[in-house]
Amino acid sequence: MTTELKGPAGTVNEMADSLMAGPSFETKMERISEHEMLLNMGPQHPSTHGVLRVVLKLDGEVVTGAVPDLGYLHRGVEKLAENRTYPQFIILTDRDDYLCAMLNNWAYCLTVEKLMKVEIPQRAEYLRVIAGELNRIASHLLFIGTFGIDIGAFTPFLYAFGREREMILDLFEQLCGARITYNYVRIGGVSNDLPEGWVEKAKKFVAHMKTCLKEYDNLLSYNPIFMDRTKGIGVLSREKAIAYGVTGPNLRASGVNLDLRKSAPYGVYAKFDFETSVRQNGDCWDRYMVRRDEIEQCCRIVEQALDGLPAGEILGKVPKANLRPPAGEAYGQLEGARGWLGVYLVSDGGLSPYRLHIRAPSYINLATLQEILVGWKVADVIAILGSIDIVLGEVDR
Amino acid sequence: MVQGPWAVTGPWAPNQTPEGLRRRYVRSILVLGVLLGGLLGLSVLIGEPSVLFGKAFAFLTAQAARHGVPAWALTAVSLVVPCSIVLGLIQVLPIFMVWWEMKIAAHIQVRLGPMQVGKWHGVLQTIADGIKLLLKEDIVPTGADRIIHFLAPIVVVAPAYICFAPIPFGMGGLAAVQMDVGLLFVLGISGLTVIGLLMAGWSSNNKYSVLGGLRAAAQMVSYEIPRLIALLPVVMWGGTLSLGGLMDAQQGLWRGVLPRWFIFYPVVGQISFLIFLISSIAETNRTPFDIAEAESELTSGFHTEYSGMKWAMFFLAEYAYMFLAAALGAVLFFGGGWAPWPALNFIPSFVWFFAKTFFIVFLFIWIRWSYPRLRVDRLMEFCWKFLLPWSLVNVALAGFLILMRQ
Repeated sequence: MTTELKGPAGTVNEMADSLMAGPSFETKMERISEHEMLLNMGPQHPSTHGVLRVVLKLDGEVVTGAVPDLGYLHRGVEKLAENRTYPQFIILTDRDDYLCAMLNNWAYCLTVEKLMKVEIPQRAEYLRVIAGELNRIASHLLFIGTFGIDIGAFTPFLYAFGREREMILDLFEQLCGARITYNYVRIGGVSNDLPEGWVEKAKKFVAHMKTCLKEYDNLLSYNPIFMDRTKGIGVLSREKAIAYGVTGPNLRASGVNLDLRKSAPYGVYAKFDFETSVRQNGDCWDRYMVRRDEIEQCCRIVEQALDGLPAGEILGKVPKANLRPPAGEAYGQLEGARGWLGVYLVSDGGLSPYRLHIRAPSYINLATLQEILVGWKVADVIAILGSIDIVLGEVDR
Repeated sequence: MVQGPWAVTGPWAPNQTPEGLRRRYVRSILVLGVLLGGLLGLSVLIGEPSVLFGKAFAFLTAQAARHGVPAWALTAVSLVVPCSIVLGLIQVLPIFMVWWEMKIAAHIQVRLGPMQVGKWHGVLQTIADGIKLLLKEDIVPTGADRIIHFLAPIVVVAPAYICFAPIPFGMGGLAAVQMDVGLLFVLGISGLTVIGLLMAGWSSNNKYSVLGGLRAAAQMVSYEIPRLIALLPVVMWGGTLSLGGLMDAQQGLWRGVLPRWFIFYPVVGQISFLIFLISSIAETNRTPFDIAEAESELTSGFHTEYSGMKWAMFFLAEYAYMFLAAALGAVLFFGGGWAPWPALNFIPSFVWFFAKTFFIVFLFIWIRWSYPRLRVDRLMEFCWKFLLPWSLVNVALAGFLILMRQ
């Protein structure tokens, strides 16, 4: 039995054709010559990491033009903020970059605290660092796994994603009851104190994580095929990275040593001894290795934070109900797993923000795609797209 | 405190402690030992299938002579029955191989794989999957070339089955058809599959499929050449193209220790086997050479638009080819049905054949789940600039060795 799918504008193929060859892409893509074809990659594609759509102009397998098309996951989070009270909005920041929700919570709370000039207890600051760095490890682990899948290696995914990341999620589950959307960082502190035995488990995990990195190196990082697929591919030059406003691991892979935790320490980061991971070439392999090295550094920070954890309160003096920050504006930012995660907040002295804007690092990093994709093959498109490490929840918001 | 699945994951879990691990290993070895021992005992009881078949045929001939059955009927039976047995075998084997791959892949990836269907380690999982595929809707995309879309899976699967005709499953001519040019036949027929892949890619009315089909064509046509040339030294040593003959050429021991398998021929044998293995993986479109399917790039390439049993045909063909490549490897390099040492001759030859074949299948699976995928142009470079020159050098080396021995 066969099925004919008919829509209001004709068959599915006709609709797709009219979409693909419509004036918008036609003008963006200049002209399609006889030996070229348009390939619609996404929004339903296993390697676009969500619902990104990239329209590629191909000459054989070589990309001669690329137009990213965003907005398939737009939920209007910034507009929703205007109808929520300040504490209510924290749960929506979880849904922005769902792979490092802790840092999103933190970035938002940081901004509100800046606006309200609240003092945060030291213990809460340490807990934020521990949770944030563990979440950064989890995010980079997912990157290592999915990047492996993009290159065609399935096994590292189940090592990084199915084993180590799962342990972090278990730790988080014990910490705040949730595995993905934590709502852990609150305005003025954090929601829960550490449960009994948590510190020992976290220390065990960090020790375990360090041994695992060797395993990833053997399996993936220094695999000849993997290096062949990623070295020298999709080079993002230092100048171009700065011009596009790229931040985070992608920027550091291009040789710019810029990490907010080091250059403008927020919270208690000034107390920790760690290094920023920098690579010089700006290709896919460097973007991968920066994240791999960063896991090591995160482990160092978590170890130090666990050792130096002070006793005391976990929540500052913040009104439980009717939270009304003074009228004014504030911009807070921190080093997210994907770059500078900034929140711009305007308050009119009311119960909910007057305007809220999120500087999503993925969105800005994604803009480089249309330039660095050109000239590479379809297989490299996947590698480059994977190495930029975007989260569509954050891109579209 | 929240009770997560903590007890079974981290390095602190009870089944990860040294005592726990030792207990698990001892138990697994015991279970495996009993299972394998039982199977071995059964096969020893059965004995050589060629002898059994010979007896059965002699009995049939006697009965036919007594009852006056015409001779052509006997000939027909002697043709149809072995072919049907081999055909059945090839259709049943993937059921086991898929389960085996699932389990091996799972254990490589620190997980368990199917554990539910069939009670014991998910043994019936593939059968459940097969039933599911049979019941699935067959979707033909709008704008597809219906006739070619329908024919493509058949064109892929038919040569995969035909190829098994001359494969000797054991000693004493245990093959569906005895053929003097068996090796040539297998390599020639298996080259036909690429037409089916191209048809599938072209007829699907999907750009990814077209790319996949074109990649498959380029890849399979290229890798056939080093594969064939890598087998030339074997033919030169064996002096025949018959698979049974090549198998028998590996009989005996060197200095009473090392079996005279072709893989043990100095340098040339190992290079031959490596090139053969690499090009066979490429021929079967498996990672690291699965650029034609490339799930993450081309969303499964040429079979993107196939569903249900038509898709299962491609799947079957892949496993049939994997088994074929492994069987060829076992027959040509590991002595096929010959036991490594005469002391082990009490184990029937078909057990040796299957053991060696599944060892090579295991190599395939191991490689698949360990390596990333090559890029298209690098894949072709690897074939033309590396494998092909070395396979030619290898032929020259083999000739030199033969010259030295004369």
